[in-house]
Amino acid sequence: METLSYRLTAARPAAGSKPLAIIGVVASGNLEVLVERVGAPTECQIEVRTVAEGFGAVWAAVIGDFVMRRSAGGLKLSINDGGARPDTVALRLAQAVRLIEDDER
Amino acid sequence: MTLDEILASLFPDGSDISIDEGVLLGSGALRSGRMDIVGVADGTPLGVDEAIRISAHILRTVERDARQPILVLIDSGSQRMSKRDELVGLSEFLAHLAKCLIFADLHGHHTVGLLYGHSAAGALIATALSTRTLVALPGAAPEVMDLASMAKVTLLSLEVLTEKAQGTPVFAPGLKNLAKTGAVLATWDETVSLADQLHVLLSATPNRADERDRLGRERGGRPKASELAERVYNLALRPE
Amino acid sequence: MIGAVSWYESSARERLRLLLDPLSFREFVGPEQREVSPHLNVFNLPQQFDDGMIVGRGRLDGAAVFVAAQEGRFMGGSLGEVHGAKLTGLLRAARDVRTTPVVILFDTGGVRLQEANAGELAIAEVMRALLEARTAGAPVIGLIGGRAGCYGGGGLIAGCCSALAVSEQGRISVSGPEVIETNRGVEEFDSKDRALVWRTMGGKHRRLLGGADSFVADTPESFRAAACRLMHLAPRFDAEMLRAEQRRLAERLRRFGGCSDAFDIWTMEGVANAFDVPNLCTDDFITLADSVREPRYDAR
Repeated sequence: METLSYRLTAARPAAGSKPLAIIGVVASGNLEVLVERVGAPTECQIEVRTVAEGFGAVWAAVIGDFVMRRSAGGLKLSINDGGARPDTVALRLAQAVRLIEDDER
Repeated sequence: MTLDEILASLFPDGSDISIDEGVLLGSGALRSGRMDIVGVADGTPLGVDEAIRISAHILRTVERDARQPILVLIDSGSQRMSKRDELVGLSEFLAHLAKCLIFADLHGHHTVGLLYGHSAAGALIATALSTRTLVALPGAAPEVMDLASMAKVTLLSLEVLTEKAQGTPVFAPGLKNLAKTGAVLATWDETVSLADQLHVLLSATPNRADERDRLGRERGGRPKASELAERVYNLALRPE
Repeated sequence: MIGAVSWYESSARERLRLLLDPLSFREFVGPEQREVSPHLNVFNLPQQFDDGMIVGRGRLDGAAVFVAAQEGRFMGGSLGEVHGAKLTGLLRAARDVRTTPVVILFDTGGVRLQEANAGELAIAEVMRALLEARTAGAPVIGLIGGRAGCYGGGGLIAGCCSALAVSEQGRISVSGPEVIETNRGVEEFDSKDRALVWRTMGGKHRRLLGGADSFVADTPESFRAAACRLMHLAPRFDAEMLRAEQRRLAERLRRFGGCSDAFDIWTMEGVANAFDVPNLCTDDFITLADSVREPRYDAR
């Protein structure tokens, strides 16, 4: 089990007003992302707990890319990962932010 | 202790038991009144044929409405593993048995389980774990699943599982582990009259609440269950 | 367009969202509380923030309900210490509130082996709390149609419910197909024979046998309609009901205890073309089932 922690500068804060959202399921090749409105609007925190050890560089790249492209400021994303591929991780991160920004659901 | 020795020690004033293809039915004389007896003997698996007979007996006891306590003697296998049992709906038969036991208990018949042999999985749930008070004799060997089978299902080696079992009571077979999680109230002393120990149990004011999770926390086998159940309970009770 | 969504393919959270009135769901001890299993670390297995069990309250057609949903894709929907405790707490609340029905969305392989003793005991505690809730007057409705089915201890909990709705994808059994094959050999049960598995344990058979009260399509809409309907048909948990169930099960055993396959049972029940049953679409099957075995709501 490996734990990774990231604190990145975000270009813009996330929209919407929901305090939290959750997406995904912890299973082989899958992950869950819990997203909460926490911290400064210019910051995005990401905590990862993963069964696949030694992929820190890949996580850093996926997460860095995500925070750069998406307005994820003022959010903390907590991940339980069951060994998902990078594109699945990217998808879930995007889904999580979309979900917390959607005040209709 | 053999079953005969157990019965003699439990009911020195006599008991009237029949064992028919592993199903045990009858009654025993207490200091005052009688205790109804049901059970599974000889490590017999609990299938539809066994369950339906035991539930019938319990319902007859309930119909008599004499608030007789009910003893459930357990030395069973697991649930019967067969195509036929599942085809005719084993889950309903086992649930019905559990329902009869729990109903009887909720309506004045103190149900006491005495685990003296083996029991596993679905049989354990439908018999021993469906009584209000569960006690055991030192030789009892309850389990959810034997370690060898667990190894096959979890794809871990038996050695690895055995090693992990040293550090936690939460998954491995055995009376001590099940007692630690709160399932078994007490292990009786075989060298002392079982009738006396039974009398103490039956004389105590029955506790209405299911305290097994609290017991599991006290004994260190289940650190979170009691507190979490209570938290959910309290949140659910708040008005909307 | 909730009719187009598959219940089977949906997550537990999605099922709750689509089952309940819009925006009515309030979760108890949600994932942000991070009440994870304390036992999975030992096995180097990942945790899930809700431990695969979501409990809370919501509304069905405006009426308040308590709900519990199992996530079948996390550890096979299996019951561990935390998962079980959340369900137990909810049912104890239903017992003391008395007037709020409970809907359980089953999707479980049974006890979580890594926490076997805690899971086994949780199942027993759930059953006791469930029956106390029924005794107090709260119906408990089970919905079965997920990937993990309703196996093992889950099957026993389901058997304690006031009523059950099952889809074709649903399965109800105590021992799983692989376990029967491992213990008794492939001649006894070929776990790879999907048609056999569904004939023996699946939703259509359970409906025809009387093991479930309502057969529904694989949609949130169908499950929702069944839950609303069954809630008002729930029997009291009393001696009369138990005697009726005793007679129902004894009679079933007498009639079908000698049958070697579901086809024989269905034929004995008056189904003209038993071999066609697996191929029937939902509506045709429901019509057939209602003509062969009218559901009864007084003996569960």
